[in-house]
Amino acid sequence: MCLAVPGKIISITEEENLGLRRGKVDFAGIRKEVCLAYTPEARVGDYVLVHVGFSLSVIDEAEAQHVFETLRQLDQLEELGESAG
Amino acid sequence: MKFLEEYRDRQAVGQLAQAIRRIVTRPWTLMEVCGGQTHTIVKTGLQDLLPDTITLVHGPGCPVCVTPLETIDRAIAIASRREVIFCSFGDMLRVPGSSKCLFDAKAEGADVRIVYSPLDALQLARRHPDRQVVFFAVGFETTAPANAMAVWQAAREGVLNFSLLVSHVLVPPAMEAILNSPNCRVQAFLAAGHVCTVMGFEQYEPLSSRYHVPIVVTGFEPLDLLEGVQLAVAQLEDGRAQVENQYARAVRRSGNRPAQQRISEVFEIIPCTWRGIGEIPASGLRLRPAYRFFAAEERFHIHVEPVLESSECIAGLVLQGQRKPQDCPAFGTRCTPEMPLGAPMVSSEGACAAYYHYGKRTQEAGGTVVSITAAGH
Repeated sequence: MCLAVPGKIISITEEENLGLRRGKVDFAGIRKEVCLAYTPEARVGDYVLVHVGFSLSVIDEAEAQHVFETLRQLDQLEELGESAG
Repeated sequence: MKFLEEYRDRQAVGQLAQAIRRIVTRPWTLMEVCGGQTHTIVKTGLQDLLPDTITLVHGPGCPVCVTPLETIDRAIAIASRREVIFCSFGDMLRVPGSSKCLFDAKAEGADVRIVYSPLDALQLARRHPDRQVVFFAVGFETTAPANAMAVWQAAREGVLNFSLLVSHVLVPPAMEAILNSPNCRVQAFLAAGHVCTVMGFEQYEPLSSRYHVPIVVTGFEPLDLLEGVQLAVAQLEDGRAQVENQYARAVRRSGNRPAQQRISEVFEIIPCTWRGIGEIPASGLRLRPAYRFFAAEERFHIHVEPVLESSECIAGLVLQGQRKPQDCPAFGTRCTPEMPLGAPMVSSEGACAAYYHYGKRTQEAGGTVVSITAAGH
């Protein structure tokens, strides 16, 4: 039930009166309308994490690379270990 | 898909598993809190990549599983009324009530509809002003912002034929209940990443220091889960107990403030009964008096008899990490997804369903990771 999927914002509609901030989000080719009211900072081109039709968080692209940095460091450590051994 | 597939890379997963092996010196028991994480672990065979000394036990993070039997019966009774269009996430339809499930009610003629979002239910209410549209608002903190917004918007627009049957639960009180249990085996938590996108992780800091337990906010892909295990095990080996954030691409410490504000505007915190576990203080949500008009249980006065669970079902112990699904004598025989005794066998986040669907396949594959790249969820 807590499934949330990242998708890219294609367009944003700022509605007057009773409307909620919403946008079209692309999930690898499937486009859905998503409520963006909880991510007022989200812009077209951003990736957002979407749960039951609501964007809950803007993906931080720099943080998304963090684990791959860790893996590269592990690689280097292994190489160092091998050359030392 | 970007931000999903790269976290399913087999080589990277193997490398991280190797890194965990290098740091482990003693046996440790970790609990992943969310049922979505349990499914990734069982589906991809991650447990088999870990050293034998690391045990992953599965947590209570399955809203479908912990929704009380009486609430399911109340949902069925409301759904069966002629004027009602009853909307729910698909997960809830097969959950057994005391005598039937929502699917049975639908087969008997009830107007039960599966929706993707509570806003879809609100749209149905706008389109059918002559009908009562009820949304089954089940979930954890992840789902609460959506349900809060649907009610807030209904109030603003005056969509008065819309209501919610609320069964909302909160994760940190359940983690504390698990830590307080005399049979607690859990030495570290992988906290539920998507709950934390909404609530942040400040709430976990007092929990971590009071119980001296590492808590790592963790994502849902294989690489996320292994990195979560690595960070937790590193803390355990060093004797540290802190809150760390593995899922920083989606989770900030303070969470999503606009969502938190809307939740607390619409909902208030109450004690709550968890199916299979019992009452946990300050662990549930109900609509505040200003929004109580939209509470389905008050709109439809339905008396539901308290009923007893199947005596054979050990769902409560499974949900607290004290037993594994296959410890149950009924597992896969008298309890299957087609004929379930308990909710964890039917929910897409239930531990029993995960073992039933993927458990055998993992064993047959000789304990290797099975189709990580195909692990869509």
